[in-house]
Amino acid sequence: MSNRFTPGVAVPLTVVSALIGGVVLSGCGQQRDPDVYTVLNSSTDESYHRWDAQTLARCGKQLGVTIEQQSVPASQVMTKALRMASSKSLPDVLQLDASEMPTFAEAGGLIPLKDLGLSTRDIPEGIVNFGSYEGTYYGAARTVNTLALFYNKDTLDKAGLKVPTTWAEMRETAKELTHGKRYGLALSAGGAEDGVFQFTPFMWSNGGDETKLDSPEVAGALDYWKSLLKDGSLSKSTVNWTQADVNDQFMAGNAAMMINGPWQVETLNSKKGLNWGIAQIPVPEAGDDSVGPLGGGVLTVPNTGDGEREKMSAKIIGCMAGEQEQITYAINSWMVPANEKAAAVWRTKAPELAALADQVATARSRTAKLGARWSSVSLALQSAFQSALTGEPSETALKRAQKRATSGN
Amino acid sequence: MSTTTASAAAGAAPVAKKAAKPPNPARIRRRRRLAQWGFIAPAVVFMALFFGYPLVRNIVMSFQDYSPSTFFTGESPFNGTDNWSNVFNDELFGKALWHTILFTIGSLIGQFCIGLGLAVFFSRRFPLNGILRSLILLPWLVPMVVSGVVWRRILDQDTGVLNSFLGTIGAGGDTPWLTSTSMALISVILVNIWIGIPFNMVILYGGLQEVPKELYEAASLDGASAWRTFRSITLPMLRPVITVVLVLGFMSTVKILDLILALTDGGPADSTQTLGTLTYQNSFVQLDFGAGAVVGNILILISAVFAVFYLRANRNEGK
Repeated sequence: MSNRFTPGVAVPLTVVSALIGGVVLSGCGQQRDPDVYTVLNSSTDESYHRWDAQTLARCGKQLGVTIEQQSVPASQVMTKALRMASSKSLPDVLQLDASEMPTFAEAGGLIPLKDLGLSTRDIPEGIVNFGSYEGTYYGAARTVNTLALFYNKDTLDKAGLKVPTTWAEMRETAKELTHGKRYGLALSAGGAEDGVFQFTPFMWSNGGDETKLDSPEVAGALDYWKSLLKDGSLSKSTVNWTQADVNDQFMAGNAAMMINGPWQVETLNSKKGLNWGIAQIPVPEAGDDSVGPLGGGVLTVPNTGDGEREKMSAKIIGCMAGEQEQITYAINSWMVPANEKAAAVWRTKAPELAALADQVATARSRTAKLGARWSSVSLALQSAFQSALTGEPSETALKRAQKRATSGN
Repeated sequence: MSTTTASAAAGAAPVAKKAAKPPNPARIRRRRRLAQWGFIAPAVVFMALFFGYPLVRNIVMSFQDYSPSTFFTGESPFNGTDNWSNVFNDELFGKALWHTILFTIGSLIGQFCIGLGLAVFFSRRFPLNGILRSLILLPWLVPMVVSGVVWRRILDQDTGVLNSFLGTIGAGGDTPWLTSTSMALISVILVNIWIGIPFNMVILYGGLQEVPKELYEAASLDGASAWRTFRSITLPMLRPVITVVLVLGFMSTVKILDLILALTDGGPADSTQTLGTLTYQNSFVQLDFGAGAVVGNILILISAVFAVFYLRANRNEGK
């Protein structure tokens, strides 16, 4: 009896499983709602998500459409967008990290903003380049950020030390401030983009370049890092720290100075009694330019094949990156407005961050020279400075990195 | 459909109908076979869809030039064995393979020995046995990423709890757990052992409960030492469970990714890169999906070899 199954049950079972399979396979295509526009960004922090939602509400009202915000962690924006591209469900506006934009542009995923009627008037050339790939302007920045030297005012005052401006001064100051559990300086040399981002101001201010990692200038910058570590001014854990870890150490009083960015200011201000200041990153010799990395996101219009919607998307970007919205966003997030007029207004409202604005003026984009090849160079470089900081001679490590960076392409 | 209803009705009073008119035996067999396939079909469809398709896709992808533009154009031209030779020529691959071997063997030995020790320990009766046993389960309940982040803090060379503890008991206190290229892999293995102990302990403890108590009584009557009892009774009786623990442990260890990303990001200086982190880096950092697929396939191949061992061992057990 137990074996008497009838096809009457079996057939529906098969049909059901086939149906489920069919739904899974075909469920990707999505119909767009004509009045609802979507923005994909990485504003997963509550405050950033809220600020963006407010901006989108204002812009939506102005343009007569509804704009929805989708946020995924920064490291997943790129892969998420690529998946959306293959299922033809790209968002109308895509906020990419500027270092990832070239890859997306190269893949044919972005529409040039000028074709959609967005102008670059009042935007400094450096920031236009920041949002451009091979001469085409794809990404509008609202604000930009860069790295600067943060210092504990009280600690420096107590030691009777001035804020360093050259490498020699910084080395000396850091040495003197290193005391007991406190290190003179904290920075991130972790094995990810954080570490590379932090290395660039040293590499660039010393005349080095990402296209030639084995040059004496890059080695000089790395040797400078090594000297700080040798002095004991940097913690050995530096190679294991992200920029957020560096900020934690600074806030806990375990570091007197740190290299970090304005996105930490909100957290820094949450600690009562922490009296911090900000300065440009010291340069190799007095009179040199302090060249920092330009960071931040750019707003792009992905190639969805729907010309009308793309035009409206450009209008949304125009509103989000408009002068007034830039100032609002910059003051909320402690970053520097991209637009020159907005930046001038912002300077008067946030005078304590003036050093940051100066640093932005000379800052460089990481991908300007290498475009989509940046990621392989970045991986090679992080491996190299980690090897050097854990004992290998800088030249050997960088020579290997240069070989590795060029062999993959 | 008339046959269906007929047979359904037949089900209600099978004996009477059968006696009245014996149906064609060939037809019954055919129908029965169809019914069996009908029940297997959902499983087959499911396997094909969620296991077969990605697997085949991954193998095909490793012979394709699969780049970000593929997502837009849908074009991924075949490039022969380019991806494979690129991966094999990358010095990082050799390193990652070696680290994976060390990591897997180290973790398995550590987890298994400590897990077995604890299982044997807890199979005696003593006060607080149950509470202690459930406390040891804790590492298992914590998500891998959380363990990673917490351990990263604990192992911090300057501000970590472990070093300051070692310092106060006068045992150094300046160990570069995660910051030295020679130490980082060992630390990662130690953390993974910590995570894996509960799993080993629980399964082996379960196995120990199945060993007949009479055998131990007999052994003690014969005057066998504790070690002899363990070697001649406990271990052989546990053999099938040990196979399960080791094979499952192997599979979850060889593909390690999240723990290493949270602890060291593969660093310092690639000293903790494994095949898992390499495939992640290739696919999702460099967006070279072809190369990522190659490393992924190698991982699948290694796991498959062990799965075959496991199946064979189980088949022998059944005989």
